Amino acid sequence: MFAIDPGRLDLVREFRERPFGPHSPELQAVLNVLRAARHCQNLLLVCTRPHREWILAEKQPGGLPPRLLTDRVFASLQEAEWHAFRVRWEAVTGQPLPPLDPA
Amino acid sequence: MPRVLGYAEPLSVAPGEEIRFMVGTLDGPRRYRAEVVRVVCGDVAPDALKTVRVPTSIDGEHAGVPQPIHAGSYAVVERPDAFAGLTRFTMHAFIQPTRVPMRPVPQRQVIMGTWAEDRGTGFALLLDEAGALALLLGGRLISLGAPLTARRWYHVAASVDLTARTATLRQAPLAEHTPSLERAIERTLTLDASAQPGAELFLAAARRGIEAGRLATTWHFNGKLDRPALVRRALTSAELAAPGLAIAPKDLLAAWDLGADIDGERVSDRSPNHLHGRTVNAPKRAVTGHNWDGTAMDWRRAPEQYGAIHFHDDDLHDAGWAPSLTTRIPADARSGVYALRLAADGGPDFWVVFYVRPPRRGPRAPIAFLASTATYLCYSNYRARMRPGPAELYIGALPTVDTTDLLLMHHPELGGSTYDVHSDGSGVCHVSRRRPLVNVRPTGRLWNLLLDLCLLDWLEAHELPYDVITDDDLHAEGLPLLQDYAVVLTGCHPEYYSREMLDALAAYLGRGGRLMYMGGNGFYWRVSYPASHPGLIEMRRAEDGTRAWVESVGEYYHSSTGEYGGLWRRQGRAPNVLAGVGFVAQGFDRSSYYRRTEAGHDPRARFIFEGIAEDVLGDFGLFGDGAAGLELDAFNTALGSPPWALVVASSENHSNAFQLVNEEMNVSFAGADGQFSAAVRADMVFYEHPAGGAVFSTGSIAYVGSLGHAHHANNISRLTLNVLRRFLDPSPFKPPTSR
Repeated sequence: MFAIDPGRLDLVREFRERPFGPHSPELQAVLNVLRAARHCQNLLLVCTRPHREWILAEKQPGGLPPRLLTDRVFASLQEAEWHAFRVRWEAVTGQPLPPLDPA
Repeated sequence: MPRVLGYAEPLSVAPGEEIRFMVGTLDGPRRYRAEVVRVVCGDVAPDALKTVRVPTSIDGEHAGVPQPIHAGSYAVVERPDAFAGLTRFTMHAFIQPTRVPMRPVPQRQVIMGTWAEDRGTGFALLLDEAGALALLLGGRLISLGAPLTARRWYHVAASVDLTARTATLRQAPLAEHTPSLERAIERTLTLDASAQPGAELFLAAARRGIEAGRLATTWHFNGKLDRPALVRRALTSAELAAPGLAIAPKDLLAAWDLGADIDGERVSDRSPNHLHGRTVNAPKRAVTGHNWDGTAMDWRRAPEQYGAIHFHDDDLHDAGWAPSLTTRIPADARSGVYALRLAADGGPDFWVVFYVRPPRRGPRAPIAFLASTATYLCYSNYRARMRPGPAELYIGALPTVDTTDLLLMHHPELGGSTYDVHSDGSGVCHVSRRRPLVNVRPTGRLWNLLLDLCLLDWLEAHELPYDVITDDDLHAEGLPLLQDYAVVLTGCHPEYYSREMLDALAAYLGRGGRLMYMGGNGFYWRVSYPASHPGLIEMRRAEDGTRAWVESVGEYYHSSTGEYGGLWRRQGRAPNVLAGVGFVAQGFDRSSYYRRTEAGHDPRARFIFEGIAEDVLGDFGLFGDGAAGLELDAFNTALGSPPWALVVASSENHSNAFQLVNEEMNVSFAGADGQFSAAVRADMVFYEHPAGGAVFSTGSIAYVGSLGHAHHANNISRLTLNVLRRFLDPSPFKPPTSR
């Protein structure tokens, strides 16, 4: 099975710069892992103020409402995608992301 | 979340006609404000929402009260006299439970009986909280204590003899078609109870009581029920063990044939007593019964094998709310997309969308916008994206909802969309507009109606006179609805189509009409509008296609019309025949652009590109910065695209999230995404119809989201205007003679 190389910070930078595709095949492979069932946190974005504000939520089994993660508010979809990417990357690779160079 | 909800009746209304709004509040009575508006542009960007207030008699503040929704299907026989005072009797049926035991909240599920919770009287054959067969009579419950297995067929029976103070319960797995390790269980138990007074008899539910003047039910059964019957005597063990045994007519109290009257609500009793009933909340009929052997796929060919009804505790046809506000649409109101905007403190506004068609007699605008109301309804109350699943992988981004959408997860009684599954995991094949439609609104997800409003905004910006007509009107009225229009424009995603609607569009083209198919993945699934259930659509996700769930084998034929359900592509009417293109790929993270083709320079296509110098078209837009996105259609003569049609532009360079749809890949293969496969594209197609009309197709849902870019001054807007102006010109189109 494909495994993420935690040293590939170039792919992290690629995602941060362009969270919505097209992606390089290597970044897409990383995203396939981060979004796949075995790691996916079943995240959802909930827009709380149209065009201005979103929060993350966690989908629940059994038809229950999503659990709203109100501790963090995002001002753009890009910002929310980047946050979700970082959290998942660190969870899957077991390594914190170092500070990245400015984009 | 909104604190006030509602729905309208009728959906489409002419000026001067009356419309009723059923309004209910959440969490107790509260005051709300109402106003009628015509919607010109949706909330697609900050400050983009444009509405025009239309003064009516119902504007202003009102006192609102909650109106409950009683979801859950059942059948009821309203003959209490027939079931009163029984002392010796037997209930038996074939059942296939689909939700045993009930989780997360254990609950009883009634198979049949007269049990009334509000009175504490009656009797019922049921599954207890553990999913075991049980009998409830006069408040005494006895159970076999052996839970049934989900999705297996059983014969179940209760033979009651109150004079002997005994009841025999029996559950027997049917192993004829599927091997079973379970054995039949039969026990005779003491039952110290007296004969019960009469009440309505229910199949698949029990009476809860009368609430706000309406009958409410509880303990709904999830699963299939086949050949339920009541016998006037306590059958012996030998008789119970022979469920096929003919009972003498004089002994039969009722024997319901659920395979009869499949296209309607009636439940027929085959006994001499004519204890007929009716279904409530549109359970699924035309489903395989306990004896279905796979030799017939069409219920009309073997009705005796389709003697079951599949009930769900979350089926819903008609919320049945009392009308709260009634008004007459002003006689001078112009045709358009309208809404009753409801506002209550503590939550966002709720929009009850309806449509004002042109006057029934009188002049028409030259342009008709055909609102995709069948598709809006099939997507209505879509909650699948809020449940665990692979949505993020096929979207290519996090799924996004808003606080109004969350209402659906807090109020499951609102019912689902055809993209959802019932609480037992089976697909939702009925959707009704007689309930609040939470996501049919000019706000929220950039999809369906909200995107279509970009097209209306564009028509308004160019001062092009248009009428708004709906799929529902088209289904009911056919060609006469269209024939006076010079041009018909579809919405961005007219995915769900009835035969009547397709026939009307084909007939319109056959008279020289001009069709602008302004979207992607159109004319894809067959739907029907059951005559017996106003406001309801039936669809079956049969055999093939990009499916949110897969229809049960043997259940591909619609109950309402007998039509074979599924993709029009699998029924000789691929979208390509009408539109020149058909669905090939989808992705939802970012859109791309079109590039003018060599055929786009053909003199026949010159009018399309008048005033457009560039070859790259639509590299901008509301959804993902491009005109080609979301769902894409391509030209394919093998599926019926007219060979003389011109593919005037094609999109390219789609993201990895765009994948070929499964009906385009007979054998799974790698490299089927937008970064590897040239087949992942939208084709913009123009063709002249032999009757003198023409068709223009964009092949992309995202297209209409590009029309408004740079204040409508862009190449997509110009191109669309070029086509529309030529289509308004009555000079006939002539197909080339050499193709």
